[in-house]
Amino acid sequence: MTAVLLLLLLVLPWIVPPFYQTLFVFYAIATLVVLGLHLLTGLAGLTSFGQAAFMGVAGYTSALLALRLGVSPWLGLLAGLLATLVFALVLGLLTVRLKGHYLPLATIAWQVALYIVMGSWVALTGGRTGLSDLPPVAVFGFELRDPRAYHYLAWGLLLLYALGLYRLIHSRHGRMIRALKGDAVAAASFGARPPSLRLWTFVLAALGAGLAGWLYAHFVRFVNPSPFSLEASIFYLIMAVVGGVGSFAGAFLGAGLLTGLEQWLKDLVPLVLGKSGNYEVIAYGLILVAILHLAPRGLWPWIEARLPRRVPDPPEGEGLPARAEPVEEEILLEVEGICKSFGGLLAVNRLSFSVRRGEILGLIGPNGAGKSTTFHLIAGVLRPDRGRVRFRGQEITGRFPFETVRMGLVRTFQHPHLFPEMTVLENAMLGTYPRTRAPMLASMLGLDRTEERRAAVEAFRALERVGLAEKAFLKAGALSLGEQRKLEVARALAADPVLLLLDEPAAGLRAGEKRALAALIRRLRDEGITVLLVDHDMELVMRLVDRVVVMHYGEKIAEGPPEAVQRDPAVREAYLGGVT
Amino acid sequence: MDPLIFGFLLSDGLINGALYALVALALVLVFAVTRAILIPLGEWVLFAPLTQAMLLEGKLPGTVWLSAGLLLIWAGLDRRRGRTPLWLFLAALGVVGVGFLGRSVPALAFLAALLVVLPIGPASFRIFFEPLPGASVLVYLILAVGLHFVFQGLGLAFFGPEQFRLPALWPGEAALAGLPVPRQGILLILAAAVLMVLLYLFFRRSLYGKALRAAAVNRIGARLAGISVREAGRVAFLLATGIGALAGLLVAPLSNASYEMGFLLGLKGFVAAIVAGLVSYPLAVAGGVLVGVLESFSSFFASAYKEAIVFALLLPVLAWRSVSSRVLEEEE
Repeated sequence: MTAVLLLLLLVLPWIVPPFYQTLFVFYAIATLVVLGLHLLTGLAGLTSFGQAAFMGVAGYTSALLALRLGVSPWLGLLAGLLATLVFALVLGLLTVRLKGHYLPLATIAWQVALYIVMGSWVALTGGRTGLSDLPPVAVFGFELRDPRAYHYLAWGLLLLYALGLYRLIHSRHGRMIRALKGDAVAAASFGARPPSLRLWTFVLAALGAGLAGWLYAHFVRFVNPSPFSLEASIFYLIMAVVGGVGSFAGAFLGAGLLTGLEQWLKDLVPLVLGKSGNYEVIAYGLILVAILHLAPRGLWPWIEARLPRRVPDPPEGEGLPARAEPVEEEILLEVEGICKSFGGLLAVNRLSFSVRRGEILGLIGPNGAGKSTTFHLIAGVLRPDRGRVRFRGQEITGRFPFETVRMGLVRTFQHPHLFPEMTVLENAMLGTYPRTRAPMLASMLGLDRTEERRAAVEAFRALERVGLAEKAFLKAGALSLGEQRKLEVARALAADPVLLLLDEPAAGLRAGEKRALAALIRRLRDEGITVLLVDHDMELVMRLVDRVVVMHYGEKIAEGPPEAVQRDPAVREAYLGGVT
Repeated sequence: MDPLIFGFLLSDGLINGALYALVALALVLVFAVTRAILIPLGEWVLFAPLTQAMLLEGKLPGTVWLSAGLLLIWAGLDRRRGRTPLWLFLAALGVVGVGFLGRSVPALAFLAALLVVLPIGPASFRIFFEPLPGASVLVYLILAVGLHFVFQGLGLAFFGPEQFRLPALWPGEAALAGLPVPRQGILLILAAAVLMVLLYLFFRRSLYGKALRAAAVNRIGARLAGISVREAGRVAFLLATGIGALAGLLVAPLSNASYEMGFLLGLKGFVAAIVAGLVSYPLAVAGGVLVGVLESFSSFFASAYKEAIVFALLLPVLAWRSVSSRVLEEEE
């Protein structure tokens, strides 16, 4: 299939009339921008109205260098991409930290500002009349003036960018980018640094647009501000949404469809109505509305749902290397006098306890006792006001989860923080993120194959351990609550935990599922994993744990083996309210 | 700077700011209830004065047929809902009647234009937005962009590319602290202030307003409490169209109106609305005034870069809002 498409792409310029040869070059240019949007908006969830501005940055840079200094377009490409990189880094630093709706607005703001600068700085950019007579791109002295020749340049660059992006999306970074969109806390708990990951996503999308801008400038050999306007940026966003902003193939589909649609409507509408005017824009708008009504998530997902699905084979081979140094500390976790208050409420007050290697410690207490706050203080989601937390002898008080997860402190979530659009295996593979190290560039060049295969094997083994292997290739959204909890555990196991923090793993489970869960936790303990369990299901905790710490009103009221704690009068009072 | 020029720029900025504030109010209202960013609102704002201008020229504008047609489509969609289609059919007839009346009685043209444009909003919601309940903000946005194309194209077809100037409701100029200020501008500012207070009271105090807010925050929860999310959306679109059309009718005598001004107008209203975090009515008005005044002063100092300055100055405002606001929803 792929080979047929590539072959078609090769012969295409020789079998279609010149009008379509030009159209296909524009198609490639648009797809470069839309692919970037797929990554940025579809996967990372950052809506950008400013991609055309990046096209302009690269296009103008190359044009100015060529016209004023006589620099070759190839050097212009490098300079253009460099300029785009600088702009993207600066604007990205300003933009990607913005929350909610401020982010898209910020992209509108600098898009409009840059556009006006292009149109008004007449001395540099030539204003609205623009810069003309750009030199053509030459390959070994052969000038690419003909759209047929330019076809190969545009599609060649597009395919290179697409390949790199495709590999990135299916690498550890891509999984994390997708996770970040749904849930930054969960992503950070498995080793991602949300701000820098967002920034690089932003830069990559901008570079795609920069490449497109350069191709555009040297194809029409003329630049003026209008193709780099806000309207153009919105147009690329429309292409992305129509094709399916969350799907890779959707970028090609949306860009192709709308590039063609615009041209066809310009020819077709006057034919049908017998007069020209702005009627094509009405037709265009109505077709857009109709497509969204037919397929709100985009056309490619709509088509994909009607195609037969191929179930891949389970991954085989060697897993990831286990933790190098053996765990020798007797006391894994020490909590020392931690306090946390929210406004006037003292949620945790001078709490101290420790977790020994190889045990299952239960942290229990009535509702509102401060268990969840304690959990968050240990996991690094909250920072204690006072007191210290040490893990394996090192102080980790207030350290971010993406640091502590690498030391072997791995958590699960009370309400499963899974990613329903990703498969069960991909969800589990998120856990391997802190154990793998291929940088983004290596992933884009495909140098991470071995590591990826090993990560898949590792994640698959974790699924086998919790009994979810046969559902590995289903979407996580299709799992029942009990299975989601198992997947939470599997993802944590894939991170090679030394200490497993389980946040209310039994909440909402049926009796049978609870028994299975207890058996699983016991098995993990026997395999050498230490467990800290927070729950208020007395029956489960008392049957399962080796020791219990009981909290009430933010303080520790008892500690010891389950039988002793159950007889403790203070505990009975806390739970039953003064029955002696 | 000369205090007189300062005064001129300030009053100019405040008048434009009032317009942006009204558009922002309408956008905030629609977003709060339906999570749609209503880009075609800019077109509807212009439809009202352009309709009035055509009526005053003794012509029947295309908006009359558009409005009636949308109501008939709505009636067709709701044909199984008891008497609803009958009322909608009568409303469509009413719109046509109002159009003819406004054409023959110039004194009624203002009111007729408002009544003709009003149904376009809720009917568009019923026809284009209601069939996609619970879509993402991005999908609604692109849907709105599509409608923007449609209505902009229709605007050109109905009114042509010319600019129109309308007679003022309250002609002449008033002297405020030695400055001549157009009375029509004062009217616009008053309208923005009154509508802000009314909306604030409506959403904070009245049960119906609270129900609309509930529908915005939690669709399922609102439905369990017996609130119709669909009806809430239609009401929001109706109010927004009304506010927008009124703003357009009030501003048109101060500056010329033409079909293609809607997009930039909507964009600036959107900027003001975002400054308000898309939730607060008083802040939306403040945002509108901020954008208007910034624009007026930067057009004096560097007129070519006027909009560049407005938008570039927004970045620090956004950064500050983003740091200071405690918006937990990390939604799209």
